[in-house]
Amino acid sequence: MRRRGTTAKSLGALAFWLGVWALLSVLVARPLLLPAPWAVAERLIRLAGTASFWKITAVSLGRILLGAALGILAGIAVAAGTSRSQFLDTVLSPMLSVIRATPVASFILLMLIWVGRDILPCVIVFLMVLPVVWGNVSAGVAATDRQLLEMARVYRLSRWQTARRIYIPSVGPYLLSACHTSLGLAWKSGVAAEVLTMPALSIGRRLYESKLYMEMTDLFAWTAIVVLCSIALEKMFAALVRKLRRRRMLGGRGL
Amino acid sequence: MIHFDNVTLAYGDKAVLTGLDLHVPPGAHVALTGPSGCGKTTVLSLAAGLLRPTAGTVRVAARRTAYAFQEHRLLPWRTAAENVNLVLGDSQATMPRALEWLDLVGMADAAERLPHALSGGMRQRVNLARALACEGDLLLLDEPLKELDPSRRDSILSLLQSRSAGRTLLLATHDREETGSLADQTYAYHNGRFEPV
Repeated sequence: MRRRGTTAKSLGALAFWLGVWALLSVLVARPLLLPAPWAVAERLIRLAGTASFWKITAVSLGRILLGAALGILAGIAVAAGTSRSQFLDTVLSPMLSVIRATPVASFILLMLIWVGRDILPCVIVFLMVLPVVWGNVSAGVAATDRQLLEMARVYRLSRWQTARRIYIPSVGPYLLSACHTSLGLAWKSGVAAEVLTMPALSIGRRLYESKLYMEMTDLFAWTAIVVLCSIALEKMFAALVRKLRRRRMLGGRGL
Repeated sequence: MIHFDNVTLAYGDKAVLTGLDLHVPPGAHVALTGPSGCGKTTVLSLAAGLLRPTAGTVRVAARRTAYAFQEHRLLPWRTAAENVNLVLGDSQATMPRALEWLDLVGMADAAERLPHALSGGMRQRVNLARALACEGDLLLLDEPLKELDPSRRDSILSLLQSRSAGRTLLLATHDREETGSLADQTYAYHNGRFEPV
């Protein structure tokens, strides 16, 4: 019942903003500046009827998800290493600060020289996601209850048991938070990289071409695709989290 | 089994233990008594290998150590049964034994509850069940009857008596009843030191 109420509220808010958009487009009355929502919807439906649309969306989605997945895995591995080794932490920590502080545009332009344009968005997403996961997982490891680790030592739990029963549940909420942040970041940085590097099959290229040819309806339609994909991924992620919580694979009191 | 020779433990300038000599032969039951903060838990932590002395030597010859911590130290995301099962092999095959141990401490009905849904006394009973289930030859008990309601104290005390037989026991307590029932030798805190009584 409560969930139904939340959905109704979200739909109400969406309808409100669509109404504002529709009203503004009527007031501006220049589709070149602000196309009407129904024109964008019509364009979206027409795009969805073409095979290239699905191919472009799938390739962009795959590229961004691959970069995010590799970034998450690498972030976990690096965090595990730096949490165990003071030497590794000392060596790698400055890199974390540099990656965090470097503007994504600098990375894109630099990487354009070093790697091919087709995989560049994937590399950029990887570089954006890695420090987020690394930082969060390290914080989770540092926050793991020392008393529980002492209990594991006294009862001689194996390394695997200690990891499975103490570290993973302790770090779980931190990792989830990092993944949630990373998904949004991956989309933004991935599409930005596609706009600047224009791989043949990419949403970014379509966005750039729409702007170039002043096809504002197309620009809005492709942007809507990015937003819809992002929302869909977020919902899928939330469903996965619920499932993991039901199986008590994540930590937290009462999970 | 346990040998503390002139053991000192200090945190910076603050000495928690000074020149402690403690010898617990195999199978002996020794109690440490004294007011809160006198270092009883520190002695148990040294015996468990969780702390290193600042000076002196600690030698413990135990095949396996079981420790009922004062703060329970149960995994908050595992049920009472799973917490006990953790020291039994952590598999489905060992779960019936974990349930038996919970039954012995009167916690069979709460086996599937998570620690946050248990009272302090119930968590303490799970903590004791885990320590007894471990079947270590060295049993460290830190205020084992603390938080237990009076109706449970006697049954838990007799369970501890029967299950600690044949094992080396080091007990930290300020409860005279516990000392009398479980220990055959007592070290009391006096003038800044633990001395045999």
